[in-house]
Amino acid sequence: MGNKQTIFTSQQLDAYQDCTYFTRKEILRLFHRYRDLAPQLVPLDYTAGPDVRLPYELIGSMPELKDNPFRQRIAEVFSEDGEGNMTLDDFLDMFSVLSEMAPRDLKAYYAFKIYDFNNDDFICRSDLEKTLNRLTRNELTEDEVRMVCEKVIDEADLDNDGRLSLEDFQHMIVRAPDFLSTFHIRI
Amino acid sequence: MAGRVGFHSDLTTDIESPADEDGVHDSFSQLIEEQCHDHHDVMEMTSLELEEESRDDVMHLESPVYLRCDSEPQQTECLIEERWSSDTLKVLSSMPSRTIGRSRGAIISQYYNRTLQLRRRRQSRPSIQHFPRAARPSIRGHLVETDADELEEDDNKRERLVNNLQNLSGSDRVRMLRVMPLSLAEKKELRMLVLNKAEHSLSQSQIPCCSQLKYYIIIALRHGWYGWLSFLSSLQLWQTALKCVGGRFGTGVLSYFLFLRTLLFFNVFLFLVTGLFLVVPQAVVHPDRDQNTSVASLWGLEVLTGAGYFSDSLLYYGYYSHQTLQTKRRCSESINGTSCESGLSYNMPLVYFFTIGAAFFITCIILVYTMSKSFGQSFRIDKSKGLLAIKVFSSWDYKVSKKSSVRLQRANIGTQIKELVAEVNREELKFSVLQRLFRVFIHMVAWLMCLGSTLACVLAVFYFSEHMHKLQKDAETRSRAGTNPSGGVLLREASLLAVPVLVSGINLILPGFFNAVAWMEEYDSPSVLNYVSIGRNLLLKVSVLGVLCHHWLGRVASEPEKLGLQCWESFVGQELYRFLLMDFIFMLLDTFFGEFLWRLFSQKALKRKRKPVFDIARNVLELIYGQTLAWLGVLFSPLLPVVQIIKLLFLFYMKKVSLMMNCQASGKPWRASQMTTIFITLLCFPSFLGASVCVTYTMWTMKPSAGCGPFRGLKTMFQAGKLWVQELAAENPNLSWLASAHAYLVENPLFLFMCAVIFLIVIYFHSQVVDGQRKIIELLQEQIENEGGDKKFLITRLQDIHERKRVVSPRRIRGASEDSSCT
Repeated sequence: MGNKQTIFTSQQLDAYQDCTYFTRKEILRLFHRYRDLAPQLVPLDYTAGPDVRLPYELIGSMPELKDNPFRQRIAEVFSEDGEGNMTLDDFLDMFSVLSEMAPRDLKAYYAFKIYDFNNDDFICRSDLEKTLNRLTRNELTEDEVRMVCEKVIDEADLDNDGRLSLEDFQHMIVRAPDFLSTFHIRI
Repeated sequence: MAGRVGFHSDLTTDIESPADEDGVHDSFSQLIEEQCHDHHDVMEMTSLELEEESRDDVMHLESPVYLRCDSEPQQTECLIEERWSSDTLKVLSSMPSRTIGRSRGAIISQYYNRTLQLRRRRQSRPSIQHFPRAARPSIRGHLVETDADELEEDDNKRERLVNNLQNLSGSDRVRMLRVMPLSLAEKKELRMLVLNKAEHSLSQSQIPCCSQLKYYIIIALRHGWYGWLSFLSSLQLWQTALKCVGGRFGTGVLSYFLFLRTLLFFNVFLFLVTGLFLVVPQAVVHPDRDQNTSVASLWGLEVLTGAGYFSDSLLYYGYYSHQTLQTKRRCSESINGTSCESGLSYNMPLVYFFTIGAAFFITCIILVYTMSKSFGQSFRIDKSKGLLAIKVFSSWDYKVSKKSSVRLQRANIGTQIKELVAEVNREELKFSVLQRLFRVFIHMVAWLMCLGSTLACVLAVFYFSEHMHKLQKDAETRSRAGTNPSGGVLLREASLLAVPVLVSGINLILPGFFNAVAWMEEYDSPSVLNYVSIGRNLLLKVSVLGVLCHHWLGRVASEPEKLGLQCWESFVGQELYRFLLMDFIFMLLDTFFGEFLWRLFSQKALKRKRKPVFDIARNVLELIYGQTLAWLGVLFSPLLPVVQIIKLLFLFYMKKVSLMMNCQASGKPWRASQMTTIFITLLCFPSFLGASVCVTYTMWTMKPSAGCGPFRGLKTMFQAGKLWVQELAAENPNLSWLASAHAYLVENPLFLFMCAVIFLIVIYFHSQVVDGQRKIIELLQEQIENEGGDKKFLITRLQDIHERKRVVSPRRIRGASEDSSCT
């Protein structure tokens, strides 16, 4: 375990290892990916914990996220300020949750927040409509969208309040075995 | 949804209720009113009541109408109508179930509870100070938050969470930290607090030196473990290639390449085991060559047939010695003659037997573990409802990054959703009896065609192999009689390739035929079509392999001298090598012709815009077939895993290049995790089980050849173990129980039968437990629905009371003001 790198102190690396699903090497590799987005903004020395925030436009231009219709929501959910401007911590957190090893409940929690467009902790009908439109741009007619939203709420809403809470969402995800493999970005 | 509680309008005058509802529920009203007065929130409510009432439109707040949600489409949102007063909404929004996940405080409370439960499970006696006050844990855990106490509560909860975390073991703590849905900065803070506290408590208390040492050892071990994980992850084979494929084609095609990688690791493991224990010792100590084998070396053909130069090499069983290998250390001369001090002794037959046995056993364990994990993830106690919701929320593949693939994915999902909605909406298609009969007839015809062609091919392989066998026997008798074989050695060597070519050709052509047959049938859903085609292909491959096994073990092994073979095991090893190689060559040809040329043809000649689709199921079955051959051949050719490794490496790059150039993503839905489970199951059950049954049968009953190999002279290969046990017992009388145990337990079929029966009983019990749990889940779901109904009822009653009070109080105020104005 040669400590040849001078970007982080070993305590910082240990902390990252304990709090994310990444190993040392992967954390350093991710740091370099983060830095490559804006080399002039991100210093090479993070031992002092500088407060560097990359704007959303840079994050959204990453090849893994560039064409993803939910990239803005992903950035907003994982960023501290809720606008999509991410620090290194947010960046690592995002890819840790989207990695292979994150458990289903954690992924379901963040997926719920991503699909909750108005941030009111419920997926209501308007959120569902927006989700559907991002999923299938121009493929479905107005009527079909409305029908699908109704059916989805009908199927997933357990406590009959007309919208999906986190518990309803998690209950539904438990029955979706593909969720773990689709809610995954390889970095 | 079954069991929804339906309310009818105007609860207070509900004539359908058996009892006078006002009377029955009056006690609740009082309770609610009391609660209203006690509760902090409601104090705010009462003080602001007068102000807010002026804002609330009294006309707007009619008596609540809670119809069944599907009776009138406009009223689906039953509980979030604007008709509720703002107070009701406030109470609604601060209900415990609504605060989960909403704020940091709520998450911290939730995880405080979970860590407490985890600690309780780990410890036998929880310490008293960490017991929560006697209260319902669900309320305790999700405290209703109020603005005034929020900060205080937060710190308090956090303190308790840190306490809990500190008392967990290291790995549990890390696992809990990672699972918490907090931001990374907060997790780091929590971790720092926990570590500081731990250090603090350590330095304070007088720890005896041995537990401090234990503490340091544990830390060192953890560092070592992280280092090992880093090393393993840096070995990630083909990471970028897989990312590229996944980004362009999605999870379905990616699963093929992941499966290939898994098979590669299995073969590497096999190679390490056999290489280390068998090949290396044998290579170091050359065997006594007592036969002068003159081998005609035809370099070109040898790589294909595996015979010739290779036939007496480390590649095959025949090379391995049957004696105990000794490394001679020193030979010193003495009066009695030269005596050599023997160094390490290595009992080759025993090692061979145990190595193959151990390799298979460990592979079995790994396979079963992978399969059960995969099963656990993908097969849920599934109801057919909820498909649309699942499709909407879990079908977007985040891995896909190429623009055109994203567009394609959008189109696919749109189509699938439309199909699902149409399926749900349309009524059961009532086919007329004639149409149904016709469909059944078509299915039967298709199955007959497939089974018939399978049978025909199997018989062809059977008779052709018999024919070649006879030809070889004739050639052998002729050569022994002294007459020159016609055609020369080259033809004879080439004729060894005939059966492999036939089998690989069948494997190539027949699946295409099955696809064509399936095209004329009509299936209800694409997944059924997938399963049917996998079933047909599997049947073909299993029957062909069965016939081949019968040919080798039944014909070749039983009368090896008719073929002039000194060593039938080496011959079978060579056959398997040839089959593996032919399979690879035909796959190359298939990739070239099937994908490349077909794309050119379909684009230029047929003028189609879409490129061909990568057939995942067929390719995966090919991989499984190849792996079965490798497993069958390990006993006869310890270096066969190397051949398989080389083949898989080539295949990966070849398929990837062909994929990128010639194929496009499929339009049909492919349920990746379910299919992966099926493939692993197929790898375990027909493939590995069949291979291990064959190998066990060979070891148990077949007589090894007397002229070569590590088991020459023994009755069966299994006897090597038995003789060793008897030798041990002879040398050391204390171990005589081992010999008798071996005789009674391992060789006695009754014992194995009893073991099998016990396993079956255990499996039956487990399946009953699963059934019981399924029933419990149904009951709990009903209960949740009923609770939801209760909640609705209580809220509407609350609203009701609130309204009545408001109706009363303005009157009172008006009355008062009137009075005051009057007086």
